[in-house]
Amino acid sequence: MNQRTARKAARRSVGSVRRTCAPWAEPGARPLVEFCSVTKAYGEVTAVDRLSLSIYPKEFFALLGPSGCGKTTLMRMLAGFEAPTSGDILLDGVDVTAMPPHRRPTNMMFQSYALFPHMSVWDNIAFGLKQEGMARPDIKARVEEMLALVRLEALARRRPDQLSGGQRQRVALARSLAKRPKVLLLDEPLGALDRKLREATQFELMDLQADLGLTFLMVTHDQDEAMTMADRIAVMDHGRIVQVAPPEEIYEQPANRYVAEFVGDVTVAEGTVTGIAGDIVRIEAAHFGTLEIDEEEGRARMDAPALVALRPEKLNIGHDEPPQTVNKVRGEIWDIAYLGDFTMMQVKVGGDDGPLVKAAIANRSRRMERPFAWDDIVWLWWDVEAGVLIDP
Amino acid sequence: MRRFGPLHMTALAAGLAFLYLPMLILIAYSFNASRLVTVWGGFSTRWYASLLQNQPLLDAAWLSLQVAFVSATIATILALLAAVALVRYGRFRGRTLFSGMIGAPLIMPEVVTGLSLLLLFVALGLDRGFWTVTIAHVTLTMCFATVVIQSRLVAFDASLEEAAQDLGAPPWKAFLTVTLPILAPAVAAAWMLAFTLSLDDLVIASFTTGPSATTLPMRLYSAVRLGVTPEINAASTILIAFVAIVVVSASLVVKRELVTRP
Repeated sequence: MNQRTARKAARRSVGSVRRTCAPWAEPGARPLVEFCSVTKAYGEVTAVDRLSLSIYPKEFFALLGPSGCGKTTLMRMLAGFEAPTSGDILLDGVDVTAMPPHRRPTNMMFQSYALFPHMSVWDNIAFGLKQEGMARPDIKARVEEMLALVRLEALARRRPDQLSGGQRQRVALARSLAKRPKVLLLDEPLGALDRKLREATQFELMDLQADLGLTFLMVTHDQDEAMTMADRIAVMDHGRIVQVAPPEEIYEQPANRYVAEFVGDVTVAEGTVTGIAGDIVRIEAAHFGTLEIDEEEGRARMDAPALVALRPEKLNIGHDEPPQTVNKVRGEIWDIAYLGDFTMMQVKVGGDDGPLVKAAIANRSRRMERPFAWDDIVWLWWDVEAGVLIDP
Repeated sequence: MRRFGPLHMTALAAGLAFLYLPMLILIAYSFNASRLVTVWGGFSTRWYASLLQNQPLLDAAWLSLQVAFVSATIATILALLAAVALVRYGRFRGRTLFSGMIGAPLIMPEVVTGLSLLLLFVALGLDRGFWTVTIAHVTLTMCFATVVIQSRLVAFDASLEEAAQDLGAPPWKAFLTVTLPILAPAVAAAWMLAFTLSLDDLVIASFTTGPSATTLPMRLYSAVRLGVTPEINAASTILIAFVAIVVVSASLVVKRELVTRP
């Protein structure tokens, strides 16, 4: 029990360290990885399009996007498996664009784990060290250290096919960490694990990254994975980066409609700016009436078209009309999805041709009878802090 | 499992008899004490003993083993390279032609292969003998070996080799330490197949050999033309046993690999 409390405390402290760690914001910080206008084309198809990106030491960086957005190609170019069509890749200040994979100080954890089936766990982890020509006693010490790190000491003599999925994942991790790479590349690291194991492993990976002070670059299509683990996320679309920001900013301040819709649920109201008073921007939107949002960055222009993103959990829902005069809309419940921790409602606003608005209510009471039913006429309302102005 | 009815049993027995009865008769008569091939004179192993005294036959057997060993080894190495080229390098220029040319000897009549090789050797002015037979057998067996290795390589996860390179192994070393050991059962099976094909071959060897090099099938064939003797039966029985052992172990190797693969 005591041990467990201690570990929890350690995790909390690690967590707090992580959140204050923002190497990209420090003045004079030198990036560890730099993609300089990198393009990768396969014939007519451009997988990565004039992309520039800097990743800083000790960052946990995630490339997030749907399949085919170029995120895996970008990672494979850093590992050396693909050569860019044009542009340069710098690693710790050294141009590695033409360097073959076996010379690069990066290691990769493959999505399929790619464990060598004809070698034991021990030999799998030692493989990279043997290639380095490391002395035998040093190899032994390092492999044992890695086995302890992923808690697989007892299984060192097993073959990969005698391990469970979670154990294989940990062998793959230990193998890719054994050489202490400057950057560890993780290709969909938790994709093959079931949900419970995935959650536990997420925290293990974060602890490991913080404890070892390593730089992780992760590729994933799973937004929860990226949000939980990463210090910064780059959202990609069609070979380009749409936004690079910490998870909170990606969620609360999405750069455009693509990011807002890819990460989390959202309703986007389309309208025109009709008034700017200090930080308060007034927007007239079809089906939504008058919206007012708090916009501190001065991005709104009078009479310009504007998009307002509304996250479901920031909306209130009730049968009675709220007293406020703006930021409210009347609609009919079309769908109710009970998800245990919260219930997601789809509300049709502005008549049959209006949009469906998603609103979430937290299920804070155990009462089974729900206050809302299908076809109920309800009001949705929110405050000026809820909506955010986004680019198209 | 479904149970066999009497009809199935009969059909199966007839089929197996059609395939193996001649061989069983041959094996049985190799233990015949009588000199007359068709008259059973009691059990004896005397023909196996006299076989050991038959120097020309032993020489031919030794030559056949050497040819089979060398040609199978060369064919397997070439087949491995061809399979890697076909599977790994995707669609290179001339891939279809290359693939077709490797597969052609599979369906080419042996007489045609043998004759064309003979013409080639004559044109080149090569002395016909051990090496011409060996080269001819490489041509014959390589396509079979390629098919065996290629089918395994298609199922091979290319990220394994990438992982080896990622961990610091140059491409050639990644191939030798990761790809080849995993392919080993298929390579072994391909070698054994090539070995038995070479050991069995009569037609191509007849075309491409010279007076100094007579292989076992050729020796047996010419002996039979002078009349079948129990000695020939004994030699054939040994050949059958040898080939059967090699084929069974090849299929066991492949099967074991299928079982242990995750």
